[in-house]
Amino acid sequence: MALMMKSSASLKAVSSGRARRAVVVRAGKYDEELIKTAHTVASKGRGILAMDESNATCGKRLDSIGVENTEENRRAYRELLVTAPGLGQYISGAILFEETLYQSTKGGKKFVDVMKENNIVPGIKVDKGLVPLSNTNGESWCMGLDGLDKRCSEYYKAGARFAKWRSVVSIPHGPSIIAARDCAYGLARYAAIAQNAGLVPIVEPEVLLDGEHDIDRCLEVQEAIWAETFKYMADNKVMFEGILLKPAMVTPGADCKNKAGPAKVAEYTLKMLRRRVPPAVPGIMFLSGGQSELESTLNLNAMNQSPNPWHVSFSYARALQNTVLKTWQGKPENVNAAQAALIKRAKANSDAQQGKYDASTDGKEAAQGMYEKGYVY
Amino acid sequence: MQAKMQAPRSTVSGRAATRSRVATTKVVCRALNSMESAHVEELKKTAAYISQKGKGILASDESNATTGKRLESVGVENTEDNRRAWRELLYTAPGLGQYISGAIMFEETLYQKARDGRQFVDILQAQGIYPGIKVDTGLQILPGGKGETTTQGLDGLADRVKAYRKQGARFAKWRAVVKIGEAGCPSTTAVLENAHGLARYAQICQEHGLVPIVEPEVTLGPGDYSIEETAFWSERVYSHVMRLLNEYGVVLEGILLKPNMCLPGLDAPVASPKLVAEVTTRTMMRSIPPAVPGIHFLSGGMSEEESTLNLQALNEACPEAPWALTFSYGRALQSSTLKTWAGKQSNWDAAQDILLKLAKANSQASTGSFKGPHPVPGGGRILQALRTGGAGK
Repeated sequence: MALMMKSSASLKAVSSGRARRAVVVRAGKYDEELIKTAHTVASKGRGILAMDESNATCGKRLDSIGVENTEENRRAYRELLVTAPGLGQYISGAILFEETLYQSTKGGKKFVDVMKENNIVPGIKVDKGLVPLSNTNGESWCMGLDGLDKRCSEYYKAGARFAKWRSVVSIPHGPSIIAARDCAYGLARYAAIAQNAGLVPIVEPEVLLDGEHDIDRCLEVQEAIWAETFKYMADNKVMFEGILLKPAMVTPGADCKNKAGPAKVAEYTLKMLRRRVPPAVPGIMFLSGGQSELESTLNLNAMNQSPNPWHVSFSYARALQNTVLKTWQGKPENVNAAQAALIKRAKANSDAQQGKYDASTDGKEAAQGMYEKGYVY
Repeated sequence: MQAKMQAPRSTVSGRAATRSRVATTKVVCRALNSMESAHVEELKKTAAYISQKGKGILASDESNATTGKRLESVGVENTEDNRRAWRELLYTAPGLGQYISGAIMFEETLYQKARDGRQFVDILQAQGIYPGIKVDTGLQILPGGKGETTTQGLDGLADRVKAYRKQGARFAKWRAVVKIGEAGCPSTTAVLENAHGLARYAQICQEHGLVPIVEPEVTLGPGDYSIEETAFWSERVYSHVMRLLNEYGVVLEGILLKPNMCLPGLDAPVASPKLVAEVTTRTMMRSIPPAVPGIHFLSGGMSEEESTLNLQALNEACPEAPWALTFSYGRALQSSTLKTWAGKQSNWDAAQDILLKLAKANSQASTGSFKGPHPVPGGGRILQALRTGGAGK
């Protein structure tokens, strides 16, 4: 249950007066709209469909079902997703890749228009990908700040209303202080730029699943990363009522001998959130990061067994699309069944967001693990 | 975050000699929660008890010098026995524990007794009130000529905390003051210095078994600065306090926060309770993670009535707040009480009665159920000058 401010967060510029230095209290052009968009995306029983795979990554998905990686095939696949009937009941926002933002259905209707008609807010991936960070032990940093303000304005014109930027943090490789700092810095600067262009920034410092570490170590690192991220966002005057978070859940590493069930994941994750996330943030949309469809839903469900100060929900890619892809196989005659699979997963996660998911309704397919060691997104 | 240097890795031979070695520094977050600490569970329980719904803190930790000023204002001499008698009046008010969950004491008071020989700490505990202890040793002026201050008291703090705990204290308090409204204030130095003091104090307290009340007071002072300006600086200050608490591994479930409400400067028009509530709530929502169990506002110069009405409005504005929105009031509970007593035994019961009425009003306000009338309506602001150089006296 998200805490709503009863009044607007509009702030006025304060004149300097006397010898006091001018205090620029934020008077952002888009403040009201950002808050409204964030609350729309973070609405009860709904979450985000992440479908912003780059062309190369999308190619991997298509490849796995024997479909060629062409623009038309990518378009057809994304059409399948956004036109699934009734999707807007469970999905409040969908993150697109740049190419997709400008694509249309076979019938010529722009994807963003299809989405808007179905109450789904269009979002856009704005980062330019990960590259190696010098003087670290194989860690990465995320590019994308150059020209970001212009790109964001263009995306806003094309109909996007939220943005997404994914930085990563590796536990086996550190994380070093410089990697943590750059991760937080990049996210904070991106968030400030996005807000000034009218896009709600999704803030995603993904602490990767890779590693043999236990859940306590994951908690430690996540607490440090989120402290750093909020620190830089505060310094960059990001308005917390107009952002969304996309954290990884707090779990043991993929190769850790001690596994953790949903109750433990929920306990640790909520502890981390309560320690690091001010209630002004309207929504926390978890990434699935390699968890199976079933695991992602069970964990989310466990986190929603009692009220939280923010909307706790999902922003899933693989955990929503895995079965869909396998059902589709690139064949037009399978589209309806594939869409039904998407709705089924979306509804399951909608139920989980409300803490009322019933696992007995799910089959074996959903339990298939999707963790890939050293996964390159 | 504490950096732990790893041994540098040797590189491939050949041109290795000219290549610099890469030393990786791990982010090692040695949070108290990941260490074996005897006190962590107790700290969380104590903090939860003090911040329970419907209760707040009685701040009665005025130094001897400040207490003296108060006593003298009602014609009572500043002697140890008079200070003792005044505190006895407060702590023996019958049923005080219905509204008060903690009482902050000055060091002298922690070791004092009632006339019948009972220790104050025992009297309080019998009332269901946790004894707390002021551990800072006062404000010092920071260089820079702006009259900004830092708070001292870290030297020997660990030993003092242990001794206070032995005597029965279960929580502590340290007041940091940040001045706004004048040219150049607050400086970055003042903000960082005060945040640092609070974080180190909190860390030491938790290590030795006292729940730290973290008090970053953006002080109500002269000037016509707006409520938005107070909010702006409050957010900056709290942001720095929180980040340093995180870096020093302070367990947030085991602290209490004692912030200022957001008010305009003394020379600006008084803000309505509704506006104070709106701006203060927004500031807290942006700055304070839900793990902190209680936000106990200081009264800081607000009149007794203002303190109650503002607290009521806060709870109306934010009924689902993840932390308790309650009080830690000094002047707002004691001012009329003291005036009623005026040092006379014949006024003892009447004074205790006023205290209980004020405590009840604020207890109601902390659950959004204060309907009035206020026991002491129409009072003016109760201001006191910033005292520096006290060195704990």
